[in-house]
Amino acid sequence: MTPLQIIFLITAVVTLGSALMVVTTRNLVHAALWLIVTLFGVAVYYVLLNAGFLAVAQVVIYIGAIAILVIFAVMMTRRLVGESGPQVNKIWWLAALLAVVLFASMVAVLSTWSGFTTPAPVPVEDPLVMLGQALVDPQGYLLPFELASVLLLAALVGAIMIAWDRKDVGGE
Amino acid sequence: MIPLSWYLVFAAALFCIGLFGVLARKNAIAILMGIELMLNAVNINLVAFWFYRAPEAIAGQAFAVMVFAVAAAEVAVGLALIISIYRRRNTVIADNVDMLKF
Amino acid sequence: MPFISDPINYIADWLTTVLAGWGLSAALIAVILNLLGVVILASFVLIVDILLVWVERKVVARLQDRLGPNRLGPFGLIQPVADIIKLLIKENITPVGANKLVYNLAPILALATVLLLWAVIPLGPQVLGSDLNVGILYIVSVGAVSTLGIIIAGWSSNNKYALLGAFRSVATMISFEVPMVLVLLIPTILARTMGINSIVESQSIWYIAVAPLAALIFLICIQAELGRAPFDLTEAESEIVAGFHIEYTGMKFGLFYAGELLHALTFGALFACLFLGGWRGWGAESIPLLGVGYLFLKAFIIYFVIMWVKYSMPRIRIDQMLNFAWKILTPLALALLIITAVMSKLLENPDMPASLDGMAVIAYFVMNLVVVAVTVLILRKYARKERKRVAEPRPVAVSPEPPATEIS
Repeated sequence: MTPLQIIFLITAVVTLGSALMVVTTRNLVHAALWLIVTLFGVAVYYVLLNAGFLAVAQVVIYIGAIAILVIFAVMMTRRLVGESGPQVNKIWWLAALLAVVLFASMVAVLSTWSGFTTPAPVPVEDPLVMLGQALVDPQGYLLPFELASVLLLAALVGAIMIAWDRKDVGGE
Repeated sequence: MIPLSWYLVFAAALFCIGLFGVLARKNAIAILMGIELMLNAVNINLVAFWFYRAPEAIAGQAFAVMVFAVAAAEVAVGLALIISIYRRRNTVIADNVDMLKF
Repeated sequence: MPFISDPINYIADWLTTVLAGWGLSAALIAVILNLLGVVILASFVLIVDILLVWVERKVVARLQDRLGPNRLGPFGLIQPVADIIKLLIKENITPVGANKLVYNLAPILALATVLLLWAVIPLGPQVLGSDLNVGILYIVSVGAVSTLGIIIAGWSSNNKYALLGAFRSVATMISFEVPMVLVLLIPTILARTMGINSIVESQSIWYIAVAPLAALIFLICIQAELGRAPFDLTEAESEIVAGFHIEYTGMKFGLFYAGELLHALTFGALFACLFLGGWRGWGAESIPLLGVGYLFLKAFIIYFVIMWVKYSMPRIRIDQMLNFAWKILTPLALALLIITAVMSKLLENPDMPASLDGMAVIAYFVMNLVVVAVTVLILRKYARKERKRVAEPRPVAVSPEPPATEIS
């Protein structure tokens, strides 16, 4: 067992365990905190996959913005301190069955693919410069990059307009 | 040392846990958290395939960056919708928002 | 002398030979050496933190025209030890209904996220924790995690004042993160890299002379990120009674307090690295320990400036604060970033992109002054309009205005 494999397995246990806690815990703020642990685990995987920039971007975007947004939303939409009633549907057993069947079939289909056991390549250089150049290259990914920024602007304006509280404004 | 299969199995497991969260939970914010888990699983898949199969083409990482942007936009708008629904109907249980049901 | 010129590698090699002599494998030696480095750096920083308590109390006393602690030890230097002993023997109260795990996790998170920042700050030419080439983005990400620590501290205390303080604090920190990130990109553009050690190495001319407006905006954003006056509405004692750490007693409060002071010094060290040339100084390239000394000297100077502003200025209201962040600082930072990027491309020397000759420095400095002048002109017009609107005589015999919108 190389150290890399040990790190992989420990992170896998932590990430999958906290993901299970996200979908099963009753208290929503706890679920948000477990989600943060899951997102940290995913960031560790990005480091293992030689994508250091993506790991740090994951922490900034997901944990620094999205998780805090989720916590704020949970706190603003609570009625009682504790949740009332069960937190899963009537058909949760069907959902669990579906998830297990999907997992088994995905693994089964993938294991018939020849490239399933590709060994790890030696990480050569940091892809940061390549990523930066590709994102502003007209023959590269400039157009998707600009479209992503337009999408974010539209989401920003849309979220503000949707969540605007019309009770106490006079057209402001 | 670590074959590609480990990453793919892990990403599949995370995706299925997120799927369970989306299908089985009642609270709309919990459903959104399940969607976030699924998006993260997809991102791990993308970057694993990039690293193992085509490290010289940057398409995998560029695609992962796009998924980051889309996930952030979707969470922002989704939570704005949920808060707006909470203000009108005083509920965030997805089953109770059923005025358009036949 | 190899020890003087490269102390870390010299000690690491010596330890490797010692541990290999004891019969440990190479991978285990690497792990042990890394752990040892982490422990030594964290301990050193925490010991400096104890000194910071004394510095803070003496400086605030002198700024308030009194003496400060002077009874324990010469000049009161033993005072922090007395403070620590007092905090340790206090009773640890957990409020009823508080979430125990999260309640105890919050102060640990608050201090840990500050220690994480010291991993990327270059203390000397070869003396640094980890030479990440996305160092600046790492700093932003750790700042984001620290806002998380505050909100879980506020929520888990089961106290509406704590929750309100936590909300305000997080709103302030998130709002001021945007201009901070934009301004952090300006040394990145000037040095063509995000790694902090590389930024320090390419500062043959200190960046505060090249981008003074960026340094000023960074200083303002630091004050807000630390939650210090004039942006300290979140712990305003006269209003919401110490904000998010109201329910914390004893050493847990000590962790919050020490974390806040250490955060201030860390940002001082960052400012020194990005704008004041970091460990650069006379003779620092050959003697790394001298570089460490220079860095800490500059960091303490900026820490003094931060404290000076804190103890001189009154508090700003939360809506004025957010107004300032979103409507003034963010467009200013964006405009500065765009103009700096364009100028950097125009004045670029293709063989050595990160170097700046004299003409370029003067051009950047003049550009900064022009941006400041234009901003002041625009703000004066706006302020004049605002003053005229407020100073109008209002008729008395009318129905009162509807109450202001509540702060949510």
